[in-house]
Amino acid sequence: MTATQRNCLIFALWVMALAATPLWASNYIVRLAITIAMYTSLTLSWNFIGGFTGYPSFSTAAFFGLGCYAGALSQRAGMPMPLAWAIATLFVGAFAAALGAIILRLRGHYFAIGSIGIVEVVRLIVSSWGSLTGGGDGLNLPLLGGGPNAVARIFLGVMLAIMVVTFIVTVIVDRSRLGFGLRCIEQNEDAADMVGINTVRYKVTAYTLSALLCGTVGAAYASWTGYIDPNDSFSIIMTIKVPVMCMLGGPGSVLGPVVGTAAFMLLEEVFWANFLDYNRAILGAVIVVLIFFLPGGLLALSYRDLVARLAGTSRGKKVPKKVPT
Amino acid sequence: MAYLQTLVNGIVLGALYACLAVGFSLVWGVLNIVNMLHGSLIVFGSYLTFFAWHSYGISPLIALPVVALFLFVLGYAAQFAVINRVISAPVLTTMTLTFGLDLILYNFMTVYYTATPRRVTLDLGVIEVGGIVMPVDRLIGMALALLLTGLLYLVLRRSRIGRAIVAVRMDSATAALMGIRVNRIYAITFGIGALMAGATGAIFAVIYPVTTNLTGTYLGKAFVVCVIGGLGSVPGALVGGIVLGVIESFSGQFFGPQHALTVGFALMLVLLVVKPTGLTGIKGYE
Repeated sequence: MTATQRNCLIFALWVMALAATPLWASNYIVRLAITIAMYTSLTLSWNFIGGFTGYPSFSTAAFFGLGCYAGALSQRAGMPMPLAWAIATLFVGAFAAALGAIILRLRGHYFAIGSIGIVEVVRLIVSSWGSLTGGGDGLNLPLLGGGPNAVARIFLGVMLAIMVVTFIVTVIVDRSRLGFGLRCIEQNEDAADMVGINTVRYKVTAYTLSALLCGTVGAAYASWTGYIDPNDSFSIIMTIKVPVMCMLGGPGSVLGPVVGTAAFMLLEEVFWANFLDYNRAILGAVIVVLIFFLPGGLLALSYRDLVARLAGTSRGKKVPKKVPT
Repeated sequence: MAYLQTLVNGIVLGALYACLAVGFSLVWGVLNIVNMLHGSLIVFGSYLTFFAWHSYGISPLIALPVVALFLFVLGYAAQFAVINRVISAPVLTTMTLTFGLDLILYNFMTVYYTATPRRVTLDLGVIEVGGIVMPVDRLIGMALALLLTGLLYLVLRRSRIGRAIVAVRMDSATAALMGIRVNRIYAITFGIGALMAGATGAIFAVIYPVTTNLTGTYLGKAFVVCVIGGLGSVPGALVGGIVLGVIESFSGQFFGPQHALTVGFALMLVLLVVKPTGLTGIKGYE
């Protein structure tokens, strides 16, 4: 069995486990499964730009939020739900492509700051454009009929479908010329340019891919919850959570984002229930632990490495240090 | 006349912004780290000042140096113990780490102090010169902000430590060869960044409401000022601060105050793309 087959198998099992939750568990667990599927899609998306390409993008919340609003507004204009989701996807994709062509000229800290700035600008525009977006009051959406159980099942299906699509795109990119080119850019952008990779086109593609399905997820989320507002849609916490989930699993790998999201959500669920007031601090603590003790993510852990570390020797494989750009 | 008032408001605001951003800019320039903690450190400084005034009746003017010194120690320790270990890691790592520390500090402040806006009220009245009205507490804030920024400039320019910081900023490898203990300089620089944040917080406690809701706003301002003015230089931060202050003041006047923030951020994005070295164009080796 090749590595790809193994990854696909593990992923398929995980999807089935999530899909089976309505059969045995309460609505609370189903809701958790929907959230996991949602975040897995976002994390897999972020992986294109943050993992494969190595660009520190913090603009996930901008794409997600725009998706929420594009979907909500199309739905309020009387479009059927799936069409609204498609429009949101295309809108966010086009937005990211146009934006990417501009801000991907930046590198390192400047790119990171720029990508956070985008979240802020979009959030501020959405909250001050009251006539279109309802401003700080937010927007209400028609809820699906059929009772909470049926709605939860429908949206579990939708979110899982988006998650599967994102995963398939990831597998394809991983094995394609594009993925190879992106990894080259991650290692050394100038050298990649030198050997004939059209870095601008590759980066813009990665950035667009990282946004596209965030738009779908956002639109589906808006339809699911039936209410959106600027602070919820463009949350700065989401913009940091998604990269953290990816780094927790192992950025740049196919399965890393999936594992990272699952581990993170589980952790959050355990702590959330017990220390409600401290959820941000816990996220912070997870970050600190992650960076000091799991530099390559959970998937990079190896049994021998762990044993070596516990025994206090450093025989384990060293993680190569990168030169700051 | 109305424009003159707006301009003066903008310049006063700008001086405060310069003080807010100069520590952040220095840390970014010297350590190559975007310190996401900065906003929370400012609010932390504000809280300490507020409680010193509220509980013990200590004047903010006296609290300021104490708070600043305390934050220096805190920043020095944080850098030495935690951040130094990832100093050469990629941007994503360092930024996420400082973000994580920010979340921890933010959370504890929200739990212990609650997000209720509070403020040190001194009621110093207003000054009116030629039709331009200015609250006295704001004027004192501006004077203090300029004084502190000027002091930092002098320290960087004249003192041994300051020259060492600038040397590390220029070329850390060569600085190490010249006998500078780079790690210590890193810690001191981070400490100075925190010190400036604490001092800014003490000044802001008198002018703005003290609440954890503002951490993100302050951090955002620091980003914008740095990008406008250029990194790691005191004059850059001053120019960036005043430009941002004046622009916000005027755009608040023309488009309404709710858009002032948007204009600042939009300007930052444009400048990032057009001129990432900042308006002053200098690389900050003073």
